Amino acid sequence: MRTPRALVSALLLTTLAACGSPPSGSGSSADAQDEIKVGVLHSLSGTMAISEVTVRDAELLAIEEINQAGGVLGKKLVPVVEDGASDWPTFAEKATKLIRQDKVATVFGGWTSASRKAMLPVFERYKSLLWYPVQYEGLESSPNIFYTGATTNQQIIPGLDYLKEQGKKKIFLVGSDYVFPRTANKIIKAYAAANGMQVLGEEYTPLGHTEYSTLVNKVVQAGPDAVFNTLNGDSNVAFFKQLKSAGVSAEAMPVLSVSVAEEEVKGIGVDNIAGHPVAWNYYQTTDTPANQAFVKAFKAAYGEDKVTSDPMQAGYNAVHLWAEAVKKAGTTEVEAVKKAAGGIALERPEGLVTIDGENQHLYKTARIGVIRPDGLIEQVWDSGEPIKPDPYLKGYSWAGGLAEE
Amino acid sequence: MTAVVNQLPIGLSIAAVLLLVALGLTVTFGQMGVINMAHGEFIMAGAYTAFLLGDLLLALPAAFVVAGLMGLALERGAIRHFYGRPLDTLLLTWGVSLVLQQLARDLFGAPNVQVPAPSWLSGGIGILPYNRLFIMALAVAGVAGIWLYLTRTRLGRRTQAVVQNRRLAATSGIDPGRVDMLTFFIGSGLAGLAGVALTLIGPVGPALGTYYIVDAFLVVVAGGLGQLRGAVLAAVGLGLLNSYAEFWSDASLAKVLVFAAVIGFLQVRPQGLVALRSRALT
Amino acid sequence: MIKRNLPFAAIAVIALVAAPLLLEPFRLSLLAKYLCYAIVALGIGLAWGQGGMLTLGQGVFFGLGGYAMAMYLKLSESGGGLPDFMVWSGVEELPALWAPFANPVFALTMAVAGPVLLAVVLGTLVFRQRVRGAYFAILTQALAAAMVILLVGQQGLTGGTNGMTNFFELFGADLADDSTQRVLYLVVAGVLGVLYLATRQLVNSRFGRLLVAVRDGEDRVRFLGYDPALVKTVTFAVSAGLAGLAGALFVPVVGIISPALLGVVPSLELVVAVAVGGRQVLAGAVLGAVVMGYAQTTFSEQFANGWLYLQGALFILVMTLAPKGIAGILGRLRRARTA
Repeated sequence: MRTPRALVSALLLTTLAACGSPPSGSGSSADAQDEIKVGVLHSLSGTMAISEVTVRDAELLAIEEINQAGGVLGKKLVPVVEDGASDWPTFAEKATKLIRQDKVATVFGGWTSASRKAMLPVFERYKSLLWYPVQYEGLESSPNIFYTGATTNQQIIPGLDYLKEQGKKKIFLVGSDYVFPRTANKIIKAYAAANGMQVLGEEYTPLGHTEYSTLVNKVVQAGPDAVFNTLNGDSNVAFFKQLKSAGVSAEAMPVLSVSVAEEEVKGIGVDNIAGHPVAWNYYQTTDTPANQAFVKAFKAAYGEDKVTSDPMQAGYNAVHLWAEAVKKAGTTEVEAVKKAAGGIALERPEGLVTIDGENQHLYKTARIGVIRPDGLIEQVWDSGEPIKPDPYLKGYSWAGGLAEE
Repeated sequence: MTAVVNQLPIGLSIAAVLLLVALGLTVTFGQMGVINMAHGEFIMAGAYTAFLLGDLLLALPAAFVVAGLMGLALERGAIRHFYGRPLDTLLLTWGVSLVLQQLARDLFGAPNVQVPAPSWLSGGIGILPYNRLFIMALAVAGVAGIWLYLTRTRLGRRTQAVVQNRRLAATSGIDPGRVDMLTFFIGSGLAGLAGVALTLIGPVGPALGTYYIVDAFLVVVAGGLGQLRGAVLAAVGLGLLNSYAEFWSDASLAKVLVFAAVIGFLQVRPQGLVALRSRALT
Repeated sequence: MIKRNLPFAAIAVIALVAAPLLLEPFRLSLLAKYLCYAIVALGIGLAWGQGGMLTLGQGVFFGLGGYAMAMYLKLSESGGGLPDFMVWSGVEELPALWAPFANPVFALTMAVAGPVLLAVVLGTLVFRQRVRGAYFAILTQALAAAMVILLVGQQGLTGGTNGMTNFFELFGADLADDSTQRVLYLVVAGVLGVLYLATRQLVNSRFGRLLVAVRDGEDRVRFLGYDPALVKTVTFAVSAGLAGLAGALFVPVVGIISPALLGVVPSLELVVAVAVGGRQVLAGAVLGAVVMGYAQTTFSEQFANGWLYLQGALFILVMTLAPKGIAGILGRLRRARTA
């Protein structure tokens, strides 16, 4: 076999082209004096784009607001947006690029646990800072990550408290097959054992699964008082449609979801999910002055038909919290910002949040809502006060053995 | 015990879904030897047609035509240059499927859209809701329609003639190019029908096609190239296997078992359940 | 002979000397990643380009190699304790399957032997039954799909969807260190060079000619007294071994292995890369992998949504207008000039 000489030249050229990486962003620009670069890293393509694009929008809105108000330390924030492409290794690659090439002060990004786990070593290695805006399965507390979504004791456990108060004794667990549902269900089983509840079944389906008739049959035959649902993404659509057409009503068997927010309701079809409860820390209808302003600003920026949801709000908060910490520290230097962040308390759309300096999570108020026929979510229960974040569930005696390091 | 009995109709309804998504493929893959990876995106096009029209019954013929025309365009624009090179067509149509997915994302947005189910489909008989029965009826109608078309109409018989011996058919005055177009139109149109039906039970979004394409191919491969009878048997077999395997284990294992069953089955009958005998050399 | 190897030597010098000197560390490790893919592409070029077997499941072999390496790295870091993800998954003692992977020699051997073994079993079963062409392609695709579900489902054993990440050191060297990454790059580039020469030798040998004959007329080869199934199985196994080795190199370079890297889509993307580069010649496969990897990084940095369009369109164009890929176009250009 002969190799054409032209082909060789092409190989040479590509190698050289790869060497002469794109000039954009390499090194610091001349006007770096009066601007601060921040990274925004979410999936803008692929399966996760559905959820993450809106979080990016909320974060860009917050950056814009801060710039309108004069920036941070007298400098304008310049967002560098990258696409994680719903692919965990890409998240790690783009995080490295933001830190090493663009030299950003901090990064706001991620959604899935897998993307966070992939980015974590990058941020720890380069001693940089990530703000992660989504509720997650806990059991983590990286010194280089701030977690602005709920950990398990601010979402899963309040959800269970709510079911218990409603007199639901027998529950069935349904989830997608990945880390969050499996960890959540471990906690749920321990909680149930300690609180006289009975877990009738525990089922997992592959991500993207759409055939739920067998599972619905299993659930119906088991006859639980309630279902605890940790399905992810498109599977929720198939599950709720098929549950509804099997004649299961929200009154007879409420399905408490922890991954269904305002955004997802439309795709599932309001008819199929109205009346079922969800557990979050924020709803578009949450009644705080800060939320009225947030919803108004978001709709003004992105369209009247847009809804706001918990992860969007958590991303929006992350930017403002970071800016607050930078102001307090007087620098964007990571160690100083981390030190300054502890104890910062702000009135946000979801209510008062305070950064716990120790584990870098937030004190958050847990809220249970019910999906209304208009697709928004109405709060029916809250925890009364912000709950101290406890990612390792050290404060719960029944959770012993769940969270050893 | 009732649960075990219930799995039987559930298995049949899974079979109906499998059959419906694979039916168009048995026509294009089976009759023409074209592996159309964009078949899933034609299903998606059918589902979005239902979304745009908002009415299920109206959407059925419309989706058939929309997906059919897309298939026609694909056949005329590209595939016809690739007859006899199935592997190249496979990769080409995969490129097309990528573009169509992204197009759907840009046209309709990344989030799923809602297609309201008609009220006359709420309720059900026993374990089977009306919408599942509707899908089963549609699958049966599709199979019957294709069978009647292939065996009872002039065009259908011409199609078969072209499949069996292209040159001989051409010399007897049949225009193979037109037969190809028509076959592809029908096969793709069937994907559109499947898309409408799937709005009743699953998500409607840009990724819709990717959820069904691998299963659809498994049915066609297990059933035997282009054999309607084989596809029906394979769909029923895989549907029941899926239903009971998931019932006794879980959904992940059931999927793996189905894959393993097909691979194992091909060891016994490499040509699929129902094989077309041929003495042709490669 | 010397003249023919001259271009190869030139590229080797550039890849081994110039690139490490000129590139920023971040870009250099990206290039190392593309070169890992190029090793997989080499295998696809062999199986598909020379042997006519369109394998849509190369990701499976890549993944097996990657997981074997990742298991070793995890174990060497935990010092005999449990890897981090097992702790989250509630696994209490190390699964027996994992134990031997604490030995680097075993892990590296398995990274290649595992894929080869799987390919031999699969190939023997499939090729004996004369399953070929499109059927083979679909079967390998189903294999990739099944493999992902299997890996995701066994979270305690494999890390589930997250896969495995957070590696710190390899044979005592700090993986975060730029100089380690440079050495890794050189290793990958060197391995690719050696494998390329070896594969080219294989293609030029009697076996290579037999393989092409099987591609073009399997039954005729059988009538001549050869066993096409054997030829195909051996080739498939070699390509699987290449993918496995690439996976093992990929893990320390990129720092993660997850089911997302070995499913249906990444497997297809590699085939696309080979087609774009030109499947007829092995160098085309290598070129395609590097070009497509580079294009993906650049495009996703500029406009995220454009990449899918570009990838799809590029592919349609290459298949319809230039089925021999970039290598074919370049070859034609050269002939036109010399003519």
